[in-house]
Amino acid sequence: MIEKTVAEIAVALNAGDISSVELTQTYLDRITQFNGELNAYITVCADSALRQAKTADEKRAKGSNSPLLGVPLAHKDIFCTNGVTTTCGSRMLHNFVAPYDATVVEKFNDAGAVMLGKTNMDEFAMGSSNETSFFGPVKNPWDTKRVPGGSSGGSAVAVAADLCAMATGTDTGGSIRQPAAFCGITGFKPSYGRVSRWGMIAFASSLDQAGPLCKTAEDAALMTNVMAGLDKKDSTSIDKPVEDYTASLSNSLDGLKIGVPKQHFAEGLTAGVEQTIREALKEYENLGATITEIDLPNNHLSVSAYYVIAPAEASANLSRYDGVRYGYRCEDPADLEDMYKRTRSEGFGEEVKRRIMVGTYALSAGFYDAYYRKAQKIRRLIKNDFIDAFDEVDVIIGPTSPHTAFEIGTKTDPVTMYLEDIYTIAVNLAGLPGISIPAGMADGLPVGMHIVGSDFAEAKVLNVAHQFQQQTDWHQHKPTAFGKEN
Amino acid sequence: MEWETVIGLEVHVQLSTESKLFSSAPTQFGAEPNTQANIYDLALPGVLPVLNRDALKHAVKFGLAINASINNTSIFDRKNYFYPDLPKGYQISQLDFPTVGKGSLTITLEDGEEKIIGVTRAHMEEDAGKSLHEDFHGMSGIDLNRAGTPLLEIVSEPDLRSAREAVTYLKKLHSIIRYLDISDAIMAQGSMRCDANVSIRPMGETELGTRTEIKNINSFRFVEKAINYEVQRQQDIIQDGGRIVQETRLYDARRDETRTMRSKEVANDYRYFPEPDLLPIVIDQAFVNSIRATLPELPDAKKTRFAKEFGLNDYDASVLTNNRDMADYFECVAKSSGDAKLAANWVAGELQALLKKNNWEIKESPIQADRLATLIARIKDNTISGKIAKTVFEAMIKDSSNVDDIIEAKGLKQITDIGEIAKLVNEIIANNPEQVEQFREGKEQVLSYLVGQAMKLSRGKANPAQVNQILREKLK
Repeated sequence: MIEKTVAEIAVALNAGDISSVELTQTYLDRITQFNGELNAYITVCADSALRQAKTADEKRAKGSNSPLLGVPLAHKDIFCTNGVTTTCGSRMLHNFVAPYDATVVEKFNDAGAVMLGKTNMDEFAMGSSNETSFFGPVKNPWDTKRVPGGSSGGSAVAVAADLCAMATGTDTGGSIRQPAAFCGITGFKPSYGRVSRWGMIAFASSLDQAGPLCKTAEDAALMTNVMAGLDKKDSTSIDKPVEDYTASLSNSLDGLKIGVPKQHFAEGLTAGVEQTIREALKEYENLGATITEIDLPNNHLSVSAYYVIAPAEASANLSRYDGVRYGYRCEDPADLEDMYKRTRSEGFGEEVKRRIMVGTYALSAGFYDAYYRKAQKIRRLIKNDFIDAFDEVDVIIGPTSPHTAFEIGTKTDPVTMYLEDIYTIAVNLAGLPGISIPAGMADGLPVGMHIVGSDFAEAKVLNVAHQFQQQTDWHQHKPTAFGKEN
Repeated sequence: MEWETVIGLEVHVQLSTESKLFSSAPTQFGAEPNTQANIYDLALPGVLPVLNRDALKHAVKFGLAINASINNTSIFDRKNYFYPDLPKGYQISQLDFPTVGKGSLTITLEDGEEKIIGVTRAHMEEDAGKSLHEDFHGMSGIDLNRAGTPLLEIVSEPDLRSAREAVTYLKKLHSIIRYLDISDAIMAQGSMRCDANVSIRPMGETELGTRTEIKNINSFRFVEKAINYEVQRQQDIIQDGGRIVQETRLYDARRDETRTMRSKEVANDYRYFPEPDLLPIVIDQAFVNSIRATLPELPDAKKTRFAKEFGLNDYDASVLTNNRDMADYFECVAKSSGDAKLAANWVAGELQALLKKNNWEIKESPIQADRLATLIARIKDNTISGKIAKTVFEAMIKDSSNVDDIIEAKGLKQITDIGEIAKLVNEIIANNPEQVEQFREGKEQVLSYLVGQAMKLSRGKANPAQVNQILREKLK
């Protein structure tokens, strides 16, 4: 049962093949068994999960059959959960119990999903390997010496190792898609503004977007149906009707125009990944799609622009962690300044402090024009590249990451780590929807394929992903050590 | 050397809205600490701002009242600095694109001359909380009730040339804001606060001198005193061969002096950047027009109309229109009583004195406009004399029954019955043979003495004109 998709679980629950309580207990047992090794969860909510499961079973008995009712999920520990510790992977919030639910959490609660716990992540979502977490690195179930990607690494591993049926994540520069690629699962970042950010701890407000991590594009559609929508509490959420994203999954791809950016098949891309993606593109040709090479001339500037804008916003977003009202406070501060300095020096990890410094610098008097303003101009150019491209093609496809999961501790230079997101970052800068789905294997590790749509073309992206998964079984490949029912 | 003073004011006004600028927490003054702060005001992780539309309406209303340009697009920015009463570590403000652009208002100087004072801009921002240093035994408490209260910061051009002018401008601003009903604007409570930028230069010089900014001035009187002190201080320094340091100074009302708060050299770099959690505010003409439709008649227009419609002199028209409630009160009294001149005298005279003595707002007056109008009407129809009216007025303060009943009950009704007055006059003539004799010998001024006696005898109730007339007839 644990290998089933959300869609399949819903059928099984409806048929009475299994109860939510049984299913929840199974996942909880697996968490007990494997989390010590994988470190995917920071907090497990066994008691409340079983209570929620019981309620879900009761509702189903009374005739309710909404698709996510009783389906166990995990939330990235960036979402505030009422009464549950919400750490954001940081010492700064190691003791912070949120007094409210994020909108995303509330929506899953309303849909009757069962929350198993909170997943590990890079500290404040700053990282591409899950090594910056205060709670220790997460291990990739395909090879526990390797990273799962980040920052939503805990969620990706929880899905890949069947420690939950589905999970939420957030993506600021690739934090859903890259770990999905490394762990061989499906990870979807909707358009900026499609999902409310209320209660989602901010890293870079103009880039952050919540989305699903799950086994299939169909599951992603089911989850997005629940997550998406206008929220009056988030002024940047979009007042656009939410489609039923499952409705168009089966649409034919005959005549689909796929753009392949030449910049995404250039230097730095490993041979195994390139070959896998080219093979995958052939599947699309078999489905009637045409492939054209496209140019994204400013793509090479995306990482630089991102590492000005994101740290600048982060430097302000993280100012509230001052030890005054909640969270970590240093011992015996001598005075106010000492409290600020030590609280923030001790409460934040190295990568977070590095980005706060970079962001503060970029916004400083005399540097603002050279960095922040220029980065915003580049952001506009990058967006325009996509607008031009989508005049010609329906979706853009390439690799999610230049390589497969790397070994823990091997990328110590921050800039090397920043280049991890070279194919995904531009999509955040442009606010577009993007998905990563398993496209094959290279050297025994999963390879992710990146499908990008135009503004609010969620349905199209999910449709294109789903059709691939109808032709291939890469999404069903499992890491052997954790994949079997216990 | 003769010096010219150059002053610009930055005035913060707390906008009266039910809830805060970006959160739904209430804004009431004087509540228990931290009872009016919700999770947004506490800056919990994950919270987001949502603009209060009423605050925007108030800002636009103010802009229209000073004939300012309203910017189609205004943008919120983050102003970054650390302080315990600033929960987010940044204040949401507006830097390059404020909602209200250039405008102006007209003030009347002491010599009656009118002067136009430019307003550079007015922008919306959040207020901070308060640090409490008492009762915490070496620690500080934080009260976030005020955090997030909407402020409108109104920045003037350096057009003011004396402390008096600055206060006159500030009072005019206060008057307009109260007319618009967009703020309580009570300086003592901090709902209106004023910072003054002050510099001096030799008379005739066009370049501005180095300025200092005086903060923390919390009454009209202190604005004048603080500026005067600062001007003198700057003159003394320059005349002693020194130079002015650009800095922020604090006004200490107890010592009546300003002193250094922080110098420019250690000033914060606020690292402003556009607030990514809020979209730019886009205002269309229809919205502006809908706000324009709600504008009340403003003090200048009302003053002109009062002068014309009620024949008031400039002074009365000014006094009676400074305050909107006062103007409404006066207008009601003038119209219901049918005598604008008397109404002006009574409202600006007796009533003002009464309010001042008791420190009452016009709305708290125990004598409502309709009652004062009746009193005036009774003077006009000779029911009572002007003098008796003052007695009735006194009685009306404590007695809320209707004016005619008070006059009746106290027996203050004027005696106009000719027979009764003749009786009075006869009595006076009989009792004052000496004066009667003098009058008959041609000493005209004795008559007023005799009238006075008659009035006294009637306890002021006799109609003095009738007494006069009958006395003359009888003494012929």
